[in-house]
Amino acid sequence: MRIISGVICCCSLMLISSCQREHRDIRPSPARLAIYGDAAREDLIRPGGPVRPEAIVTNPYNASAYDISEGSRLFDWYNCSGCHAHGGGGIGPPLIKKYWVYGGEPANLFDTIVKGRPNGMPSWGGRIPEYQIWELVAYVRSMNGEQPRSATASRQDIIQTNPQNVLQRPPGVTK
Amino acid sequence: MSGKHQSLNIAALCFAALTLTSCAGRQQSVVNPAGPQSGQIATLWWFFLALLSAIFIIVMVLTALTLTRRHRGIEQEPLEATHLPPPQTEAGLTRVVTAATILSIVILFVLLVTSIITGKNLSELQDRKNPMVIEVTGQQWWWQIRYQNSDPQQVLVTANEIHIPVGRPVMIRGTSHDVIHSFWVPNLHGKRDLIPSRVTTEWIQADRPGVYRGQCAEFCGLQHAHMSLWVVAEPPDKFKTWFDGQLKPSAAPGTAVLQRGQQVFMNHACIFCHAIRGTSASGQNAPDLTHFASRRGIAANTLPNTMGNLGGWITNPQNIKPGNHMATIAMNPPDLQPLLQYLESLK
Repeated sequence: MRIISGVICCCSLMLISSCQREHRDIRPSPARLAIYGDAAREDLIRPGGPVRPEAIVTNPYNASAYDISEGSRLFDWYNCSGCHAHGGGGIGPPLIKKYWVYGGEPANLFDTIVKGRPNGMPSWGGRIPEYQIWELVAYVRSMNGEQPRSATASRQDIIQTNPQNVLQRPPGVTK
Repeated sequence: MSGKHQSLNIAALCFAALTLTSCAGRQQSVVNPAGPQSGQIATLWWFFLALLSAIFIIVMVLTALTLTRRHRGIEQEPLEATHLPPPQTEAGLTRVVTAATILSIVILFVLLVTSIITGKNLSELQDRKNPMVIEVTGQQWWWQIRYQNSDPQQVLVTANEIHIPVGRPVMIRGTSHDVIHSFWVPNLHGKRDLIPSRVTTEWIQADRPGVYRGQCAEFCGLQHAHMSLWVVAEPPDKFKTWFDGQLKPSAAPGTAVLQRGQQVFMNHACIFCHAIRGTSASGQNAPDLTHFASRRGIAANTLPNTMGNLGGWITNPQNIKPGNHMATIAMNPPDLQPLLQYLESLK
């Protein structure tokens, strides 16, 4: 009897965990359509060290398989691959990595995309809708295994990370 | 159920079937062939329909006869005895069943052979001299059309509308950008799947001028139903005029409003995905808009191409085709009007 109830509990937990995975926000709310975002409220560019966002902002598209795949599509469409080469780096820095010059938290990544960074990263703020920037953030974090396995593609035709080679952040630098 | 009810129901069903046959219209119909390929297919279809209808009617008539036949003397005799017919009746029945089985096999072979002959005739219509090569790339959820030519100056990229000259064989080289789609213009040919990283070919030819509707015939995601295209068959001289017009770069904006519209296009996210030849917009992820106003529909022919529809589409594409890949971009009304006028000036 206990085994049966245990199995039922496990099954329901699995169901709950998959709830958010396929949620599709195909008609984003007007706030997310804004074409300028300032989610991280970061006023200083502080390269060279760990950057904690001043306000913790959560990505609305965390753990959503649909939005991560949309992020991957936009990554190619907007030619992020031109410099970052699907995360491997080239003209721009790699995106599968341990240390982030301008911080690797969702809010930091958002800010980097919106404002651009010195030495070549263009500013996308005011050009693409905010929800697409969040989708790109979700995808970039998924490259480093920072999205749940349940939401990320198990196989990709491009560079992919697997649990063995996901780079662990050094303790104490970021969460 | 009373007899009256039954006949009413049958009449209603027949009526529904009749209305369904007229639904598609003659612009998208297998039984309205416009070329040699679809002619072969339509002939095969009519042959199948005639033969199988005849068999169906014969079987139904025989069944009705059996059901209504008077059973001779069954009430008087014990049931077991009637189940053992006399030897001569038994032999007769065996002959009838054997003959019917052989006839069924022969009919099935006739169907098989006619179908193979049609396939062979269709394949003989391939590899013809002087074809026009058109690359069709299926994308979620629109069609990229590319007229191939050995002269790069003559390569034309457009979307969702194919023009072909009447009487000239056209080779469709199909592929896909994302998932499997299927190219199907029933008036011209059967279906052909468009498969990512593979090229499939289909030969079409229109023998009479007309506008034929095509539709994606392989489920490809949320907006599969709204992925259609037009094939416009025109006399060769008219086709040449159209083709030369499409090869030209877009018209430069003549008035202040149109110039403003072009600025709006260039300063918004439109430029990331769409191309307009003759300007700096050269995105490759969405339909080429160089001669957008000359096309019949917007959003892969989901809506007719009018300024009102276009305004609704740009303001909120996710309302018209939920899930499509055009981003909803917040746009101020003073920017929208010039943009619409500019796009509708791209003849």
